[in-house]
Amino acid sequence: MKNAKINVSKFNFYYGDSRVLKDITIDIPENRVTGIIGPSGCGKSTFLRSLNRMNDVILGSRAEGSVMLDGRDIYGRDVDVAGLRRKVGMVFQKSNPFPKSVFENVAYGLRIDGIKDKYFIEERVERSLRDAALWSEVKDRLRDNAFELSGGQQQRLCIARALAIEPEILLMDEPASALDPTATLKIEELIQELKKKYTIIIVTHNMQQAARVSDLTAFFMLGELVEYDITSIIFTKPSKKLTEDYITGRFG
Amino acid sequence: MLKKIKEFIIERLIFLSGIASIVFVLLIFIFLLKEGISIFKTVGLFDFLSGRFWYPISDPPKLGILPLIMGSLLVTLGAVVIAVPLGIASAFYIAEVASPRVRDALKSCVEVLSAIPSVVLGFIGMVTLVPFVKALFKIPTGLTAFSGSIMLAFMALPTIISISEDAINAVPRQYKEGAIALGATHWQTLYRVIIHGAMPGVIAASMLGIGRVIGETMAVMMITGNAAVIPTTFLQPVRTLTATIAAEMGETVRGSEHYYALFAIGIVLFVISFLINVTADLFLHKDKR
Ligand SMILES: Nc1ncnc2c1ncn2[C@@H]1O[C@H](COP(=O)(O)OP(=O)(O)OP(=O)(O)O)[C@@H](O)[C@H]1O
Ligand SMILES: [Mg+2]
Repeated sequence: MKNAKINVSKFNFYYGDSRVLKDITIDIPENRVTGIIGPSGCGKSTFLRSLNRMNDVILGSRAEGSVMLDGRDIYGRDVDVAGLRRKVGMVFQKSNPFPKSVFENVAYGLRIDGIKDKYFIEERVERSLRDAALWSEVKDRLRDNAFELSGGQQQRLCIARALAIEPEILLMDEPASALDPTATLKIEELIQELKKKYTIIIVTHNMQQAARVSDLTAFFMLGELVEYDITSIIFTKPSKKLTEDYITGRFG
Repeated sequence: MLKKIKEFIIERLIFLSGIASIVFVLLIFIFLLKEGISIFKTVGLFDFLSGRFWYPISDPPKLGILPLIMGSLLVTLGAVVIAVPLGIASAFYIAEVASPRVRDALKSCVEVLSAIPSVVLGFIGMVTLVPFVKALFKIPTGLTAFSGSIMLAFMALPTIISISEDAINAVPRQYKEGAIALGATHWQTLYRVIIHGAMPGVIAASMLGIGRVIGETMAVMMITGNAAVIPTTFLQPVRTLTATIAAEMGETVRGSEHYYALFAIGIVLFVISFLINVTADLFLHKDKR
């Protein structure tokens, strides 16, 4: 694929002896939203976490194959993993702000990068909050503890936190699954906005959501990539029977 | 109906056991007070606490416990300086750095350490540490506050390590993952997220370790030298509050001033331990909120 930001090829992932990703080969385009769907336990989160090596911290886990980001293997020998994670931001299913103020949450990534310049940090925090469509709601509450925000606001705060270090890719693992419809809609609109600047990969359980937000959709099952295509094709005329069964709700 | 009666009885029993522990503590305290307070009729509270001489069997007896308080403080301080940093560092190592195999081995070691009776530790200290300290500093005796501090540090370590480790493990995984996903290194995560989150528990662990040290008797009696003088350095014999009670209670005449003074020392110890435990509790509950 042209303009592929990420090329995954023959990628396998193991937790101990169990192989949860099987020979995944997929190209993910730049500045598009790629949705990942599939039944629970099929390896969606594992796949997502393989792209920024979040799985490294799990003992006994092992990766095989290659994940090329801008043509360089992220599992290569002398990869700076912390640097990789700055380039590939992540938003978790359950929003996880730190027990700190709104401002400090967004500034966190900058501070661990050793940035001290107060004006730079302030400016970047504001911009990230604007980009995450949260600024107007929290601009007077920057000193409040992040836990005082609503669930949807907390999730957007986590998005702002990820944006603050200017990643190129944003991984989102069911970012709206714990939110009500209004908050979900806000996140979905936000994703449309963000894809202009970022390459987004989003895991979702919600078929309508995948259809609404993603340009391409990958269907996983039992650790295998069953089908990957333009979203409209996946949802209207999938080439695999398995995909059709899944999207029409016959199982899963 | 029968079930209701059964539940009623069980409930009452549990309630009674709860009450019983409170009652026992109260009774102990009242007993201590009753026996100890009469010393203050002959020696004022201030003189008792700040008297520089403890000659309980001279005539008239001099009953000032300042040397004993200083002895306890010095030994405890030494033990804290050794055990707290070491214990906290070990806890972080066990919880966050060690591989699973090393972790299991270390945790077993800590358990074994906590299972050694203090007499045994004191004995080992007496035959190994004491001669070593003597030779190392070229001093007339190795029975010093310093030796006592080292031994007590060993006793406080298991408490500090295991409670700190619990506190570290209780830091929510999401915080850790959040930091890692922002490109924090292992050390940055440890430093910024885990230490921050575990701090109240770690402080409580240290306080409980200190509580253990202050109340310890056997080992200190065996290796601190038991000289009731106000210490000026770590390398001289001292006598602690606990060792004084243990050593002298058997020899004193019931009802004598000396006897009451020993109980008054008990009150002082009780108050100190109580304050330490309350402080530890405050931190532990701050953690919960
Ligand atoms: N830390 C782990 N250790 C061992 N096995 C794991 C671990 N995490 C996940 N697994 C297993 O790997 C498989 C894939 O899990 P994963 O979380 O990637 O699925 P998922 O598609 O994201 O599911 P869901 O939709 O429920 O979030 C599952 O069988 C799961 O039990
Ligand atoms: Mg998942």
